[in-house]
Amino acid sequence: MRLNFTVNGRPQEADDVWEGESLLYVLRERLGLPGSKNACEQGECGSCTVRLDGLPVCSCLVAAGQAEGREVVTVEGLADYAAQRSRATGGCGTALDEARQWQARGTDSQTGEGTELSPVQQAFIDAGAVQCGFCTPGLLVAADEMLERNPNPSDADIREALSGNLCRCTGYEKIMDAVRLAAARQSEGV
Amino acid sequence: MDFLRPASWEEALAAKAEHPAAVPIAGGTDVMVEINFDHRRPEYLMDLNRIADLEEWEVGEESVRLGASVPYAKIMEHLRAELPGLALASHTVASPQIRNRGGVGGNLGTASPAGDAHPALLAAGAEVEAESVRGSRRIPIDDFYTGVKRNALAPDELIRAVHIKKADGPQQYSKVGTRNAMVIAVCAFGLALHPATRTVRTGIGSAAPTPVRARTAEEFLNAALEEGGFWDNGKIITPSVAKRFADLCAAACNPIDDVRGTASYRRHAVGVMARRTLTWTWESYRGAHRTTEGAA
Repeated sequence: MRLNFTVNGRPQEADDVWEGESLLYVLRERLGLPGSKNACEQGECGSCTVRLDGLPVCSCLVAAGQAEGREVVTVEGLADYAAQRSRATGGCGTALDEARQWQARGTDSQTGEGTELSPVQQAFIDAGAVQCGFCTPGLLVAADEMLERNPNPSDADIREALSGNLCRCTGYEKIMDAVRLAAARQSEGV
Repeated sequence: MDFLRPASWEEALAAKAEHPAAVPIAGGTDVMVEINFDHRRPEYLMDLNRIADLEEWEVGEESVRLGASVPYAKIMEHLRAELPGLALASHTVASPQIRNRGGVGGNLGTASPAGDAHPALLAAGAEVEAESVRGSRRIPIDDFYTGVKRNALAPDELIRAVHIKKADGPQQYSKVGTRNAMVIAVCAFGLALHPATRTVRTGIGSAAPTPVRARTAEEFLNAALEEGGFWDNGKIITPSVAKRFADLCAAACNPIDDVRGTASYRRHAVGVMARRTLTWTWESYRGAHRTTEGAA
C-alpha cells in the first residue's frame, strides 16, 4: 500500500508498504531515516521513540498505515523542531509568522547532517551522556518532549518521563545530568 | 494481509461482519508485538484510529463511559477523581510511550490475565459495551473473561466502550514486578470500598487463568465490617479480620509457576497486597469519615 504522511515537517510518500509493517521500518528502510533505532520491537526499550502528532510513541508499535496523514518528528528533525518551538514561544514579535513559514532545511539525505543541534542534544554531548549511542535518539526525543511540557522538571519527573527508555551503558546518571543541564539552559534562555 | 481503514464506527462494524477474522488495532501495543515477532499474520488488520469517538469519554451520574481507545495517559490525567483505581492501574502500565497509545479496549480485547486494567475494572464494577451489525450489548465485567486470552466477544463484535462505576469510596491498586516501569505484572490486586452499598470488591491479576474477584474474601469482609459496625464507627480494621481477608484473597488465586514467579510466591504476594490495599483504603475512608463526623 501507499503511505502519505509528514515527517519532520515535510510531506513524504512511501510505496509498496507491507500492511503489517511498522512505522519504524518505514522511517528507517523506506525513507532513509535511521536515527530511530530498532532494538526490541516490542515497546520495551524506547530506542524507536518518535513524536506522532506531538505525542512520544514507540514507532515499532505503530502500524505504518496508522500514520497515514499524520505528523511524525524523528530525532533527525529534533533540532529544527526545537528551534521552531523556541521561535514560536520566544516572545519575539515575528515569532508566529516565522513559525508559519518554517520548513525543514537542506536537501541532503535528511539524516540531520549539517544542521544545528537542539538544546537537549547539545546537553547530552556536554554532559557526556552518550556512550554507545544506541539509546540516545529515543532518549533525546523523550527528553525534549518532557522539557516542552515541563520546563522545570524535578528528578522524579525526569525519571518518569524517561522510564520507557533503556540505556545499558551509562547507568543513567549522565543522562540525568544532561536533562538537568538542558532544563537549566532553557530556563536561562541560553 | 489487507489493511482496513474504517472512517466511522458503522463502517468498522460492517467490516468486522464481513471479515470476522479481522484483527482490530488501536494503540497497537499488543497487536504490533505479535506481528513484529511473526506470532501472528492476520489476513485483515483493521485500524480503529480514524474513529474519533473511540477516544472520547463521558462522565455520567453513576458511571463513566470510557471509549475503547482512550489512552491510559488520558485516564491518568482526566479521570483520577472518578476512576481512582483505574487511574492508579494506568500509571503502572509500561512507559509513557505505551500509555500514550494503549487503552482499556485493547486490554479487554487481548484479555491477558496480566492486563493491568482488569483488577481495577473488577473492583470498581464495569460493563463492556460490545457491538456488531446485529446490535449492541453490555457484558458485565464478571462474565467477560472466559479463559487465558479469551473473552466473551463474538467473532463479529467490537468493543466500543467500557462503562465503569464512578468511585463512591476509596480505591487502591497494587502490582508486583521487578521494577516500576516496563514490567508485566507478576501479580496485581485492585480493591474498591463501596460505602454506598457497604460492600468491598476486589480484582486479582496474573494469578489465575483469567482476572478474577476474590468473592469469598469479599463476602467475609462485607459480613465482618457489617457485624463490627465498622462502616459507622470508622474503627481500625481488626488485624485478625485483615489477615483472614488476605488469606482468603490468596486462596482465590489459581496461579502457575512461570519465569516471572512461582505459584506460591504469587499467592503470598496477593495476600500481602490484599492486606495493604485494605489498610490504605480503609484509612482513607476513616479519614473522610472523621472529617464528615467533625463537620456534623
